[in-house]
Amino acid sequence: MNIDPQPIWLTLELATLTTLLLLLVGTPLAWWLARTGSWLRQPIGAMVTLPLVLPPTVLGFYLLVALGPKGPIGAFMQELGLATLPFTFAGLVVASVIYSLPFVVQPLQNAFEALGSRPIEAAATLRASPWDRFFTVVIPLARPGFLTATVLGFAHTVGEFGVVLMIGGNIPGETKVLSVAIYDHVESLEYDQAHWLAGGMLFFSFLVLLVLHLVTKRWQARQA
Amino acid sequence: MSIAVRFSAQLGGFALNASFTAPARGVTALYGHSGSGKTSVLRCVAGLQRAAGFLQVGDQIWQDDVAGTFVPTHRRSIGYVFQEASLFAHFSVRSNLEYGWKRIPARERRVAFAEAVELLGIETLLSRSVAALSGGERQRVAIARALLTSPQLLLMDEPLSALDTRSKAEILPFLERLHRELDIPVLYVSHSPDEVARLADHMVLMDQGNVLATGPLAEVMTRIDLPLARDEAAESVITCVVASHSERYHLTYLDFVGGRFAVARLPLLPGERARVRIHARDVSIALEEHRDSSILNIVEGQILALAPLDAWQMVVRLGLGPEADVPLIARITRRSAEQLGLAPGKPVFAQVKSVGLAD
Repeated sequence: MNIDPQPIWLTLELATLTTLLLLLVGTPLAWWLARTGSWLRQPIGAMVTLPLVLPPTVLGFYLLVALGPKGPIGAFMQELGLATLPFTFAGLVVASVIYSLPFVVQPLQNAFEALGSRPIEAAATLRASPWDRFFTVVIPLARPGFLTATVLGFAHTVGEFGVVLMIGGNIPGETKVLSVAIYDHVESLEYDQAHWLAGGMLFFSFLVLLVLHLVTKRWQARQA
Repeated sequence: MSIAVRFSAQLGGFALNASFTAPARGVTALYGHSGSGKTSVLRCVAGLQRAAGFLQVGDQIWQDDVAGTFVPTHRRSIGYVFQEASLFAHFSVRSNLEYGWKRIPARERRVAFAEAVELLGIETLLSRSVAALSGGERQRVAIARALLTSPQLLLMDEPLSALDTRSKAEILPFLERLHRELDIPVLYVSHSPDEVARLADHMVLMDQGNVLATGPLAEVMTRIDLPLARDEAAESVITCVVASHSERYHLTYLDFVGGRFAVARLPLLPGERARVRIHARDVSIALEEHRDSSILNIVEGQILALAPLDAWQMVVRLGLGPEADVPLIARITRRSAEQLGLAPGKPVFAQVKSVGLAD
């Protein structure tokens, strides 16, 4: 029996890149959601949470349409002389960022809200500028939130299937990720290969969550 | 040098309309009931909260809406002590202290690290984690942390109110030391008469978002047109100097410009300052000096003002000393006031039944 390792590497690459992008986009978004008094907070909060409840195929379908050559974004990209995103790795990254957004934004938002404004005010009275306060007080105090966000964002991206199938298809080396590979094996009745990949993923997910729980517990014990 | 404050804002249930000037030295108490807007004023001075208006501290203008000036909190030379210590939970005590200290250019540091640590008595806590401190220890660290930014103005928002009686008693001496040894003006928000009597030199009396009166503590506390002097617990504060002790009678003699008080023996040296508190209900008034009385403390003065308090009582404001500029209030019956023919300008003797020590 031989297992093609390519989908594994592709999945890890996709999940890592997606998680990094999500932290970059999700942190300011979560910060804004946690602190703003704007009326836009609820509508934007709801939009961020949408991927939690939508079937992935719905999300994938709209992304396919929007990013495709006739969609608004796709048409605009073509005008700029860029290639369209569907059925490319870049397209998968964009879709994954949207799909996993709530898994990163919500833990961060909760962590920022739990922090309250007092430590930030205290830092301000101690001469720390807004950026200084964010990096020396907010991020360290919200560390458990960042850990949860990173792990959930990564794990959720590793596990996505519907969106990938809709917008990425099944191109080896480009868009054929683990979950699609497992589906392929099952379709071809290659249960042994499917077992190896599926079991590996099960083990990996369990391990990640176990480490998350252990680390969070240790941090909480230290701060109590 | 002074602190000029003019703020107005609509805050939840009430309108804040606070306007006062306070000297930029000593401790100025922002005093009033909870909900009178004291904390809001303090937060506006720190720039943590916005109200329309004007704020000048010494020669620096921190807010001037007309000129469009608003200096953000981190550029104001303030130290802020919150009700709860608000230490950073992810740092040790030492890192907490260093947080503000490191952000001050070395040439602007006027309070040395070791000095602040010693002043607050926290030498042994430096390597501890914040979680391992008691309430009183936390607040001492928070005060030292604020001092280490060498602030031009120290803002304290009821720093003792979240503490139990023992921790309060533990911190008060440190606050008094701070007052004596560092030349940093303090705005001190409080609703505790004890703290104010012990610590404040100056008072801004607030009620429902308005400033009722501003002035030296002894002055504001004894103005009979203000609620403080008309309160059941009304009292006067007089600053004295220890003159001598009588070992035989176990007494200490305290001098002030208007005379001398004898109090139970104090552990102080001659020449040291002591502040006394005298309840209005412990002061009675006589036209002659009755030396044939068991009352130890009889001082000379004159009536400055008097006003009815209720159906049967009057509040009387006396001026002690040759200039009649040491105020003392007394609570007497209307009958006595009438029988003695008390009127402004009349020379009298105040008999003080009990003199308490403020610090």
